Amino acid sequence: MLHLAILLPLLASLFIPFLYKQFRSVHTGWFVLLVPLTLVIYFSQYISQTMAGETVTQSMQWIPSLGINFVAYLDGLGLLFALLITGIGTLVVLYSIYYLDAKKEALHNFYVYLLLFMTAMLGIVLSDNMIVLYMFWEMTSISSFLLIGYWYERERSRYGAQKSMLITVFGGLSMLGGISILSLLSGSFSIRESFSTLSTYSDDPLFLVALVLFLLAAFTKSAQFPFHIWLPDAMEAPTPVSAYLHSATMVKAGLYLVARMSPIFAETPLWFYLVSGVGMFTLFWGSLNAVKQVDLKAILAYSTISQLGLIMSLLGLGAAALQVEALPDSLYTIATVAAVFHLINHATFKGSLFMMAGIVDHETGTRDLRKLGGLSQLMPVTFTIAMIGTLSMAGVPPFNGFLSKEMFLTGVNQVSESGLFHLETFGFLFPLFAVVGSIFTFVYSLLIVYRTFLGPKQHDKLPKKPHEAPLGMLVSPIFLASLVILIGLFPNLLSNTLIRPAVEAILPQVLAAGGEIDVHIKLWHGFNTELLFTFIIITVGFLLFKTFPKWQSLYHRMPKSFSLNHQYDGLLRRGENVSTGIHDAVMTGYMRSYLVYIFGFIVLLVLSSLFFFDAFAFDVDPLSSISTYEIILVLVLVSSALSITFARSRLTSIILLGVAGYTVALFFVLFRAPDLALTQLVIETVSVALFLLVFYHMPEISRKEERIKFKLGNAAISILVGLSVTLVALASLSQRSFASIAKYYIDNVADLAAGGNMVNVILVDFRGFDTLFEISVLAIAGLGIYAMIHFRKTGGIDK
Amino acid sequence: MKKPMKKNTNDVILESATTFITFIIFLFAVYLFFAGHYTPGGGFIGGLVTSSALVLILLAFDIKTLRQILPFDYKMVTAVGMLIAVLTASGALLFNVPFFTHAHGYFELPLFGKTSLHTAMLFDLGVYFVVVGVTMTIIQTIGESD
Repeated sequence: MLHLAILLPLLASLFIPFLYKQFRSVHTGWFVLLVPLTLVIYFSQYISQTMAGETVTQSMQWIPSLGINFVAYLDGLGLLFALLITGIGTLVVLYSIYYLDAKKEALHNFYVYLLLFMTAMLGIVLSDNMIVLYMFWEMTSISSFLLIGYWYERERSRYGAQKSMLITVFGGLSMLGGISILSLLSGSFSIRESFSTLSTYSDDPLFLVALVLFLLAAFTKSAQFPFHIWLPDAMEAPTPVSAYLHSATMVKAGLYLVARMSPIFAETPLWFYLVSGVGMFTLFWGSLNAVKQVDLKAILAYSTISQLGLIMSLLGLGAAALQVEALPDSLYTIATVAAVFHLINHATFKGSLFMMAGIVDHETGTRDLRKLGGLSQLMPVTFTIAMIGTLSMAGVPPFNGFLSKEMFLTGVNQVSESGLFHLETFGFLFPLFAVVGSIFTFVYSLLIVYRTFLGPKQHDKLPKKPHEAPLGMLVSPIFLASLVILIGLFPNLLSNTLIRPAVEAILPQVLAAGGEIDVHIKLWHGFNTELLFTFIIITVGFLLFKTFPKWQSLYHRMPKSFSLNHQYDGLLRRGENVSTGIHDAVMTGYMRSYLVYIFGFIVLLVLSSLFFFDAFAFDVDPLSSISTYEIILVLVLVSSALSITFARSRLTSIILLGVAGYTVALFFVLFRAPDLALTQLVIETVSVALFLLVFYHMPEISRKEERIKFKLGNAAISILVGLSVTLVALASLSQRSFASIAKYYIDNVADLAAGGNMVNVILVDFRGFDTLFEISVLAIAGLGIYAMIHFRKTGGIDK
Repeated sequence: MKKPMKKNTNDVILESATTFITFIIFLFAVYLFFAGHYTPGGGFIGGLVTSSALVLILLAFDIKTLRQILPFDYKMVTAVGMLIAVLTASGALLFNVPFFTHAHGYFELPLFGKTSLHTAMLFDLGVYFVVVGVTMTIIQTIGESD
């Protein structure tokens, strides 16, 4: 059943184009809506099971011989994500029905991509087999690429789609590397089996390589520093896509991966440092950059980056819980609890905020904050949604963002004071970054509301006359916003049903060591450090917000070349330039340079292998005595060969070549090969005649008498080629390992083949097969010449 | 070869010599071909020498004359040669022996007396035709082109 649930969106997507063509009057989204709705209801049934700590495993064979099977595995973590994907998915589809125009948009494309994406996400969170997980992982990259480039006629869309594709696929491929290493170490592609055999291989040095590769995948997918740059550019996608993929689901695939692999990797200090450090810096960097954006969706994109950093760092900090087995109250699990809690909260408020931004864009025609302002009276419902969303994001009570931020600060404080992982030296950085990041979060949250809905009215700048959105478009954000309040007021609503099973799945070691995971989220902590921090955040944030126009210009001080986007573009451009440069330098288009490469490589290979394998040998025993005739013929041959090299005219060269050929024929006579001698004589005659023919037809200009220009490189390479061939010939002559098989032919030529001319018998009888194809070669050559000459006038460039 | 193979001189000696030398060359070629299995020679050399006889005709007269004497399309000669060679080789399959298995035997022939006959000779005949066909195709094609 689980398999069917995962693949349901994919199967449904097959019917979308038919439905789109058949029912043009009905918005295709209504059909699509049924899919996630069914799945939400289906997955909710499992809540009671995961609450009791049970898991569901269903297996389907795919490539059993390689240990790759589609194993669907559902535990607290998987269920949480599955509910998130299908739940937000339902709302987003509903929203998109009103957002996308049924007449103007290619809806069949949109919903096919969206459903493809849904299957991919469900596949990621419910797969136990890492290869299957990887397959779905790349499927999200591809469907996200298609969705970002949905308006493909826009240049920015294509740029954004390409960028996200390059970065996430880079991460995906590194994960494939990680999977390969991990499965080699553990002997299985199953995540659970890898966990159960962890102790046997966790000391292996490759283990850390796998860790880093997995983290690369998680960081690129979840837009962590410095891979976050694709997310703001992905905002060119339609807003429902941004709300779904780039706030609630796909960017959380990285978080899911970190959470899922935590049982395996989290005990190593490197994991702690990387996950929490990168997350914390991303939190800081994202919020810092969000403030300077003027596009509504760009702010939300950077805000997403920052919040993802927050969750990531919490997952990293949660690794501390595995270090202190003796601790009875499992103090450090609070970071993981906070991570899961904030994951849910972020999905709710960021989803609603994106939908809010979409409504503003849809009803006013722009997302530019410099043109917006004073919309609160015209769009009261949207304004309310925006207020709830932003205040929750900023961490103001009584919304759910406040609670998770408090827990975040608690987690940060506890871990930085713990003295684990040498935190006594730089542990203070964590609260510092957390507070500064939160202050800026507060600032941009206020900026969103103020500059969109409050502030000066400037309706004349807007492309459209603004008015409140239709009810259908408001349903989804209202639902999410009410969830924000509901979770804020009754935080324990989810703690036992969803959060505890998820945390148990992330930290199985704590349970195994007899620890308890106690999830009890309090609305009111009493007066403590975290509250003080929140107070500082709100006060400083408010002051900064008030004085924003004064220090706004600070952002422009930063040199442009410093920005990561600039670096990324530069990297691509340099990559292109360097490869073009190499290509242009190497691929000259001149045959002679390729010949130099080929011969140079041959020389390198032959001489180095002769040297390194000590292969050269020279044995005088097999040599026969040298006769006078041979000396004379060698002298003739060598002198004709040398003269060709230094000959002044081509005609001389041709004739000298003939001399060399006839000398070779004489050698055949001398070495008692009459058939060869005959053939060589005739063939040499024919080829000299053909050379002369070519010479006769040469254009006048190249017939002028000219010596070959001397080039030192060519001379060196040709001498080296001669040398290496000579050395190889000498070495192989001196190292004959086996007797020749010629004896067999000599003995059997008369009995088996009824012949006397051994050469001919070998040619037509013993090894006639070769001859058959040699005459085929001849026939092809003849037909080729015929075709070349006869058909040159009817086609081609010539004449 | 601006005017290809077009006879415009009066080479009586060359023409007369050619008329009988050609036959000698041709006979020599046939000798080489048949002697191939026991002494130097064979289809390849035989073919080359045959074509040299034809080239001599070509040189002494012109392409038209050669066509009158031997009205062959040499591409077809090549094809026939290939066909003979392949059929000879695959004939073995009919007798349930591997491809290219030759058979031979000694026979009492009317005029020649006791003679050995060998299917390898047929294969060699194919080689002979291909060589003649190819060389003549090449030479004629180049000669005709301008």
